Amino acid sequence: MTDWLSPQEWQAVALSLRVSFWATLVALPFGILTAYALARWRFPGRQLLNGLVHLPLILPPVVTGYLLLLGFGTQGPIGGFLENFGIVFAFRWSGAALAAGVMGFPLMTRAIRISIEAVDQKLEEAAGTLGASRPMVFLTVTLPLILPGVLAGAVLCFAKAMGEFGATITFVSNIPGQTQTLPSAIYAFLQVPGGESSAIRLVIVSIIVAMGALIVSEWLAHKAAKRVGGS
Amino acid sequence: MTLSVHLTHRRDDFSLDVSFEAPPGVTVLFGQSGSGKTTVINAVAGLLRPDNGRISVGDWLLCDTSQGMCLPPHKRRLGYVFQEARLFPHMTVQQNLRYGQRFAPRNARPEDEARVTEMLGIGHLLSRRPSDLSGGEKQRVAIGRALLASPKMILADEPLASLDADRKEDILPYFERLRDETDIPILYVSHSAAEVARLATTVVALHEGRVTRIGSAAEVLSSPDHLPGGVRAAGAVLDATVRQHHDDGLTELNAGGEPLFLPRIPQPVGQNVRVRIAAHEVLLSRGRPEGISALNILEGEITALHSGGGPGMMVTLSTPAGLVPARITKRSAQAMGLNVGDRCTAVIKTVAIAPIDIGT
Repeated sequence: MTDWLSPQEWQAVALSLRVSFWATLVALPFGILTAYALARWRFPGRQLLNGLVHLPLILPPVVTGYLLLLGFGTQGPIGGFLENFGIVFAFRWSGAALAAGVMGFPLMTRAIRISIEAVDQKLEEAAGTLGASRPMVFLTVTLPLILPGVLAGAVLCFAKAMGEFGATITFVSNIPGQTQTLPSAIYAFLQVPGGESSAIRLVIVSIIVAMGALIVSEWLAHKAAKRVGGS
Repeated sequence: MTLSVHLTHRRDDFSLDVSFEAPPGVTVLFGQSGSGKTTVINAVAGLLRPDNGRISVGDWLLCDTSQGMCLPPHKRRLGYVFQEARLFPHMTVQQNLRYGQRFAPRNARPEDEARVTEMLGIGHLLSRRPSDLSGGEKQRVAIGRALLASPKMILADEPLASLDADRKEDILPYFERLRDETDIPILYVSHSAAEVARLATTVVALHEGRVTRIGSAAEVLSSPDHLPGGVRAAGAVLDATVRQHHDDGLTELNAGGEPLFLPRIPQPVGQNVRVRIAAHEVLLSRGRPEGISALNILEGEITALHSGGGPGMMVTLSTPAGLVPARITKRSAQAMGLNVGDRCTAVIKTVAIAPIDIGT
């Protein structure tokens, strides 16, 4: 595989996988919490939170990337603050992961929220009468029951992260080996004469990764659904 | 351990104001839908916070709104058997049964799992998933799950309502065993006179959010006043012992010295049983009738006559077997010239007594 792809192409694929993996993993707990809050809690500002979560889905990605740059760049309030702890996003792969995570977050949250809304709350009530506290009810009843939705949400987020382009290139630019993800690399190859064969190879890799993710998620969801049983 | 409930609660145009004590044994909250019985049991379970109230089990306070305290459900240790079994679909039967154990305090005397599965007849189901169980099996597992959480009390909200008649008869004996073989008090919600007659140690009759009567099953069911379900629920609840199983498929009981014939029941000779006889199945006669097909004839004295708004009336007879209410028409009562204190004979067809009317 490594001699089929040039080092620069391979670098882009590996970086994209790494960026998408971390974006999904870090977004997941926040996604579950946000989905739970939106599905179950009634609090002032709920609609506002809902809007904020969905914002990256409807804003032009360039705008999201620019806002990230304003907020998380070294001159930005959050970026400047985090720099004190050695956490830097600007023009790093971690910045690409942040952009990808933010762009994938609405898709992830939506899938998880729908599965939480489908959980029969009477089961949670029953678990409570059997002595389980709220957190235990969540861990032993709610979470196993929403697992297919969590998986679906994670895969959607991962796929979105693999394909994220606009916000990433705006926020962290297109530095080979640093921030040049798969879509950025395809774009870069298409800008130079003779780069088309590289672009085609990366397009094929994109399709394989996307299809693979889809098949794995379908298989996991099927397994989880069988475990939960037809009721 | 006595459950003590005092609560008031108001929602929209429904107001609940009840006070009762549930001594050990089975206390049935008996009422029609909308009478507030589910609200009461949910308040006891902690699933609903009453506007005002005090609920305690023995000296253990569950809720006292005057002190602003109300324990959440998971701290109350009350096993709840719901109308639908509510088994966890992602766990096997055994995992469901063991679910409550890990949350029970260590000093709780654990119910023996082997004994509970044997008592409920679910030993062969342990490795199955809830989706592979029948309705009756699910409900038995739900009873076991509640029991194995080492509860101080069992709550049951119409646990038979979602089952068909045959399955109801399958489950009722398990509640009887629960009552007779464990010392865990049970609060049981029902709108069925048959379930009341079979299970209740104490009946709390509810109507439109108020307690209308508290008493034994025989006391409450024999009087048509304020009876949930009206006159159709009225009937005798007789305590008897099995005297003999006859070869022709009949079982003979001894009810206060009087013979009572029923279609064959499985209980052995010498066993105590409770028999419910619906008031509308009882026929009255002046003097002992001759040449009739009915096998059960109980003589007694009329202790009460109740006239309702309709064409029927209720005649209560005190017989050696116990109080036997009979529902007859006003026209018949007039023609027979029935008065309180008169001697009269109750006639009951053997086949009018169904298996669901016979409990232990």
